[in-house]
This record gives sequence, structure tokens and C-alpha cells, in this order.
Amino acid sequence: MSELAKLERRRRAIYGWLLLSPAAILLSLFAFYPSIATLWESMFSRGTRRHPAAFIGGENYNDLFADPTFWIVVKNNLFYAGITVPLSMFIALSMALWANSKIPAKGFVRTAYFTPTVLPMIAAANLWLFFYTPGLGVLDQIGALFGLPSVNWLGQPETALWAIIIVTVWKESGFFMIFYLAALQTIPVDLREASDLEGASRWTYTRRIVLPMLMPMTLFIGVNAMINSVKLIDHLFILTKGGPSDASKLILYYIWEQAFAFFDSPHAAALTMLVLLVLGVVAAIQFFYIDRRTHYQ
Amino acid sequence: MTRAFVTLDNIGKRWNGQLGVEGITLDIEEGEFVALLGPSGCGKSTTLRLLAGLEVPDEGQIIIDGTDVTGASAAKRNLSMVFQSYALFPHLSVAENVMFGMKVRRVPKKERLEKLHNALDITGLLGLEDRKPGELSGGQRQRVALARAIVAGQKLCLMDEPLSNLDAKLRAAVRKDIKKLQNDLGITIVYVTHDQTEAMSMADKVVLMKDGVIQQTGTPEQLYSEPATTFVAEFVGAPPMALIEGRALKGFKDDQTIGVRAERMQLVQAGQGRLACTVTDCEFLGAETFIGLEHPSANGLTVKLDGKAEMTIGSGVEITFADQDLHVFGPDGRRVQPENIPTVLEEE
Repeated sequence: MSELAKLERRRRAIYGWLLLSPAAILLSLFAFYPSIATLWESMFSRGTRRHPAAFIGGENYNDLFADPTFWIVVKNNLFYAGITVPLSMFIALSMALWANSKIPAKGFVRTAYFTPTVLPMIAAANLWLFFYTPGLGVLDQIGALFGLPSVNWLGQPETALWAIIIVTVWKESGFFMIFYLAALQTIPVDLREASDLEGASRWTYTRRIVLPMLMPMTLFIGVNAMINSVKLIDHLFILTKGGPSDASKLILYYIWEQAFAFFDSPHAAALTMLVLLVLGVVAAIQFFYIDRRTHYQ
Repeated sequence: MTRAFVTLDNIGKRWNGQLGVEGITLDIEEGEFVALLGPSGCGKSTTLRLLAGLEVPDEGQIIIDGTDVTGASAAKRNLSMVFQSYALFPHLSVAENVMFGMKVRRVPKKERLEKLHNALDITGLLGLEDRKPGELSGGQRQRVALARAIVAGQKLCLMDEPLSNLDAKLRAAVRKDIKKLQNDLGITIVYVTHDQTEAMSMADKVVLMKDGVIQQTGTPEQLYSEPATTFVAEFVGAPPMALIEGRALKGFKDDQTIGVRAERMQLVQAGQGRLACTVTDCEFLGAETFIGLEHPSANGLTVKLDGKAEMTIGSGVEITFADQDLHVFGPDGRRVQPENIPTVLEEE
């Protein structure tokens, strides 16, 4: 290889590293290092004045698996994700398909659907707190018109988690709709016209052309919705605080409780590691398995 | 008069008061190859979309094969269409793209595969069944679009600038393929193009449009040898017809415009010509050379010389032409019938 080519090659390598470094530094500082530090901490006992923290290996994890609350939280979170992810995606897609067609006041409809996303989480939660309040709340007032009894939606174990789920779906679907809408607009009008000419019904066109072409976006939204379902915490502070009797307690809220209410950071660290592990596995499945069967333009 | 296969009767379409097309009246016979020709924005694509049922006309009537389809949906019109962008479904393979319509219409699987094989055979796509459109070249994609139109088995096929995304060499080849296809299948084709060479070489009937209005309908020869307006004269032919103001020539009214084709002009010795011009460029094309000329009251003067010719740019030359080769246009730009031409010959 000539000197010039070598020089050029080296220069390209330096460029590459220079371009990579900002992201690499930020990620190492705020993502990779904290993850490793958390893993490290999760293997130590909780330090007190008499017993300084000591290395105990997987003991914290064993504690968690033996803790019934942990299993309730896991079950809650799985249920919560199992309902909110598909439901909000389905609603988002339906709204996007509708808002993408020729309807009057298209701009208004799109804005209206997006409004819940713009609201700060805490404000939205307060809004819903008012809806759910027994006696005074909008839901009860409407129910009273039809002679239904007052229900304490947030205050009873059977309905608390459902109440949280509804708030999440309400908030998430508008956000995901915008993504779907953007993806829908990249589908050329020609395709619609071509399938019209072939005599395809609207449903056939949607099922055979639109949905497959939306797959990359569906995958992206799915991953995000899944992550969001683990990230939910703000609503819980306002609406239920995980109660009653842990009926609406989700994993992040539980971690927060362990770390900052009970000051048990080793157990919180162990919980965090478990969450990271599960999310990592989910993301890997989605990106490596579903991705391969998805068409990208 | 026998009824035409396709009839457009006084079709008009406007968008928010802006003109789309106006007063389009056109008869298309079965098996005919009709080219809608014109510059961009002339309404040729709109006309095609109105015919396809992708737009609804504001006024007028469309009849296809004896049925009034003015308000009918695209699917009910029994026609196929090749889009400029080809409109292939990017996530489906070639075979699935071609069979999409048949699946929608619930054609039995055996027949479907037979027709697929047949269409891919005609278009030379055998062996590419499982490719996605993204893995094909432009020419191959174009042929997939053609194959999709073929398997539809409709008598009327609409094509919206199907060759505009291909390079020049491929374009000439596909032009022949389309023409052959039309002959073999006996279908009627309505073909939109802005390229007059395409229209002239392929079509049985050319419809030249401008600003949403038909300028002239006729065979390629008619458009070439009897242009109805100065616009047609300047649009059709390569090079287009030269236009000379009437006052520059003896024996014509000042407000008339005189047209003459490049192959009808001769260079002559000084003093014997009817027009003295300056040479502006020489374009050598192999079999012939086009000499571009300039004259203060003429437009697009070009002389065709056989073989290779050398002219000094900027030199003065004189040209002449016979009176029977002249086309005369009145002050409104419309062709004046020969009998209305003032007695040119007598004055000479």
C-alpha cells in the first residue's frame, strides 16, 4: 500500500473515532458506568453503622425472589404491559388511519389526539384524579345520571390497576398515533390508486399493503411502548401510590420505594439489574427476530 | 358512424377555480394506440386520471365499451394502468405484485400461476419471481408494472409516462416492446407522454394538449404535415417547425405567421434566397447535420443537410423554400387553409 493511501486510511480512522466520541463519552458516563456500578452494588449487603457493606454475591436476588411483594409487582407489571402495549398501539393505528384519510377538520382532529401527550404527566394524572374521585368525579357524575352507584375507582384493588391502565392508554395512543401518521404519509398515493384499479377493497388494501408497510414503525413503537410500560412512575405518585395493598404497584415505583422510602439501595440495585436484563432480552428478540421478517424501504 | 370504444364527451375538471382540463372531447377506437401529448401542466395526466376513474369530472360524460362510467369507481371500469412511478408494492415480491389483482378477484390458484408465468414470459422476467422491487433495476421494475397490467387481462390499458424514469437507450427498447405487446394482445392503449418522439413513433392517434385544451387530434403524419396551430408546429418534430413573421416574406400579410420544416429549406447562393440569416450553431448527428440559423423576425430556423457539413458560426447565408412547403397561420395562431392563402404564386 502506498504511503498516501495509508495516510488517508489513518485519517479516516481518526475521523471515525472523533465522530463517535461525543456519544461514546456521554453513554459511558451516564449509561454504561451506572449500569456496571449498579450491578456491583447489587452484590453487596446493605451497610449500617455496625455492619459495613459486605460482598454477598446473589443474596439480594435470592431475597427478592423470596419476597411475595416482588412477585405481585412483577405480575402487575406484566398485566399492565400486556394490556397497555397492544391496546394503545391498536388505538393509535386506528386513529392514524382515520386521521390520514380525507376527513373534515383534519388538523383539528390530529391536534386533539395529540393533546394528552403534550400535557405534563403530573398534570394529566391530576386531571384523571378528578375524573376518578368518588362522588365528585366526572365518572361518578355521569354514572349517577343513569342511577349507578358511586365507585371508588382508585381505592379498591379490583379497579385500581385498570384505572392506571386507562390513563396510560389515553396518554400513549395519541403519541404513537403521530408516529403512525408520519409512517402513513410516506406511503405513496399511487399504491392506493393501483390497488383501487385492481378492485381491492379498502380493507384488503389496509391489510395487504398498509399494515405490512407499517411494520418497521410498529416494531419501533412496540419497543418503545414496552420500555414505557416499565418506566411508568409519575402517575402512581399522584393516583394510587401503588395501593391499595400493592394492587397497582409497578416495578419502577417499587424500585423507588426500596431505594428512597426504605433506603435499601442494594435491593433496589438488584431489582434494577433484573429490569435491565428483561428489557435487554425483549429488545434483542424484537430487533433480531422480528426485524428480519420486516420489510424496510 | 359506429360507436367508438371509448368516448370522452366535453369533459371538464377544475381545482378551486383553477383550470384543470376543459372541453375534452375524444373518441378512441378499439385496438388503437392513442398518445396524449403536451408540455407539463397541460392536463394530459389529468385526462388520463379522469379516464381511469381516479378523479371525477366536473362536467361531461365518459363512455367505455358502451357503458357510461362517468361516476363509476376505478375498479368498475375494466381497465389496467401503468403508473409513472410504477406503483409497485415494495414489500411484495415480483410474483405477488403481479398476482395482487388476481388474488383480490379470487382467481383460482392454478389459473393465477398460469397467467403469472405467461406475463413474466412476455416481459422477460422469468426467474425474478421472488425478488422484491427494491432489488430490481429501473427497467425490470418497469416490466413488472407492465406484467401487472397484462395479467389484468383488460381491453383498455392506460399508461402515465411509463418510460420517463428510464435512460435513453432502454427507453427506445421498451418503446418497441410496448408497441409489440399492444399488437400481440390487441389491447387499446392510452399513453401519456411529454416526449413528442415517443408519441409520434408509437401512436396511431396523437392528442396534443396545451393549458387543459386539446390543440389537435390526428395521426402523427397529420400533426407533422398539417399542424393546426403554431403551438403544434413548434411542439411536433425534431427539430420543430421554424416560424417566420409574415412581413419578412414577400406576398404574406404582416399578421400571418409562416412555418417551414428544416428538411424543406435549402441553402442558396447570395442574392437568390428568400431570407438572409446568420449561422448560430452546427449540430452533427451522423447521417445529417442541422444548421441553426438566426433572423430578426424568425424563430427556430434550422436547415437539414445530409452528412457532415461545416459552416462557420456567425457567417451569413441565404435560404429558400418552395411555396407548397409553407404552412400559413393566421393572427390567432390557427392554420389558414391553402385556398385562403393570398395569391402567393401569382405574385412570385
